[in-house]
Amino acid sequence: MKRWPALVLLAAMLAFLLRPALFVPLLAPLAPEGAPVIYDRAGLLSLTLAHLALVAGAMVPATLVAVALGIFVRRPAGEAFLPLSRVVTGFGQTFPPVAVLALTVPVLGFGTWPTLLALFLYGLLPVFENTLAAFSALPPSVVEAARGTGMTPRQRLWQVELPLALPLILDGVRTATVISLSTATIGSVVAARGLGEVIIAGLTSQNLAFVAQGGVLVAVLAILLAQGFALLSARLR
Amino acid sequence: MRYADRLGLVLALPLIAGFALPFAGLRPNRIAAPVAEWLPHIFGWPAAAGVALVAVAALARSPLRLPLAALAVAGWLALLGLGASRLAEDAPAYARVSPGAGFWLGLVALVLLLADALARRKPAPVARLALLAATVAVLALVLRLWPDVSVLQEYAARRASFWAEAQRHVALALGSFAAAVVAGVPLGIAIQRTPRLHLPVMNVLTAIQTVPSIALFGLLILPLGWVAANVPGARAAGIGGIGMAPALVALFLYALLPIVTNTVAGLRAVPPSVSEAARGMGLAPRQRLLRVDMPLALPVILTGARIVLVQNIGLATIGALIGAGGFGTFVFQGLGQTAPDLILLGALPTVALAFAAQVIFDALIDLLPGRRP
Repeated sequence: MKRWPALVLLAAMLAFLLRPALFVPLLAPLAPEGAPVIYDRAGLLSLTLAHLALVAGAMVPATLVAVALGIFVRRPAGEAFLPLSRVVTGFGQTFPPVAVLALTVPVLGFGTWPTLLALFLYGLLPVFENTLAAFSALPPSVVEAARGTGMTPRQRLWQVELPLALPLILDGVRTATVISLSTATIGSVVAARGLGEVIIAGLTSQNLAFVAQGGVLVAVLAILLAQGFALLSARLR
Repeated sequence: MRYADRLGLVLALPLIAGFALPFAGLRPNRIAAPVAEWLPHIFGWPAAAGVALVAVAALARSPLRLPLAALAVAGWLALLGLGASRLAEDAPAYARVSPGAGFWLGLVALVLLLADALARRKPAPVARLALLAATVAVLALVLRLWPDVSVLQEYAARRASFWAEAQRHVALALGSFAAAVVAGVPLGIAIQRTPRLHLPVMNVLTAIQTVPSIALFGLLILPLGWVAANVPGARAAGIGGIGMAPALVALFLYALLPIVTNTVAGLRAVPPSVSEAARGMGLAPRQRLLRVDMPLALPVILTGARIVLVQNIGLATIGALIGAGGFGTFVFQGLGQTAPDLILLGALPTVALAFAAQVIFDALIDLLPGRRP
């Protein structure tokens, strides 16, 4: 994999976040006459960090819960829940993110919490699905061999099965993270702090320069994070 | 464990919470805070005990779980309607009855129970379509009992615009879906045949997916506004920077990746021996593609199409932010007015539509010749 495009992208993003004034000529044609070109109601750097914190705050617990659930339904104790969990993951994805977000607002009110909950719920599915797939794809010979060497079930899980399943689980985390980076922007409709704020401000004041800088920042974050995950899972394989 | 299984025991928890938490909320007006109403308060203790009995019977381990769970779900929904009418009787005219936390938790428990019972039977594709039709029929009946539930009051207040937005929503989702299939399948075939194109096309399509939907919808305002201003006849054809056009284009762009990926994957999965045999029989390349490769790749391509249709039904809600209409209109209006009922009026049909699309498409894929359900 070539690394330089990602590094160039990272450098460009950092330059934009730290010295946005350098990019004014690029974005100025998109802004209406006399309107600000760079979003000025909050710092882009702090909004980017808030955005990432929102995604991380949802994805870390979602990953832990989804992997634990995935392992649970493959054990004898949890087998009773396997058919149901497959149905729920299949149909869970038919719930549009906006609907999840909108439906959590009446329960949790406006702000960060409904967004966190929606991102958490939405992040569960891909990770859970990939955990199930990863554990089904374990070579039976390896699992048998581990059993043959007298490892306890717990040792087999931590020392053999999880390390083998990890790359595929990480792919699920990558998918979920990219989706939630984009979904988090919708969170700004319910007043969560993040880059969506910039896009929404652009849409309401007809300032496409805002829409472009918010949108491109999120897209670049998604590409960089996806690259990072791909690198990590390639190293683990 | 003779009378209970693990699933029934676990689902008993949300069901108990369903009885313990307020079943409905009575609000003096549309946006006021609700006064909690519990199931026994609404219907009296004997009736509440009867309801609990049916629910417990459905939870118990028995061959009757499927019909009991179906009955319990329909009954639970009907109860909300009946309860709302009862509460509305002695309330002022502007009062609203909306579903409470207990109703939602109980509904989730019962629906999960029903879903599990159904999944274990592994119904054939035709049976799944019949079940969907039956569900729609039962829902239509149950909703007749709901005239005093707040969501339906929101509906009654904007009946005409609801169906207009529904039409726009379906037009947005289906129009972009059809365009993506028409453009995406040939594109997939083309890049499968010229490997040189594969990586650049995939990179562009993947990059599009990373742009958040609200930004992509917004950014298309500019080029489409330019087209409307400079291409004769474009404005007359309804193309403009605001409205349906940018939403359709954005949904189309998002839809391309799954279609192209699955077309390529489907064609790649055609066994080389089959292609060779077709070549040996003297079929021309075009005949080979249409008569051999495409039929074999069809299930995978249709799976991509299903993903796209379900995704577009959901994403079409965002269109409301740039004036494209659709069910998103109600969602965002509801968020703006902090009116949960209005949010539900937009969100519930969207979810139902996506759900139905998934069931229908999955059944159709399984009905293809040569597929075993």
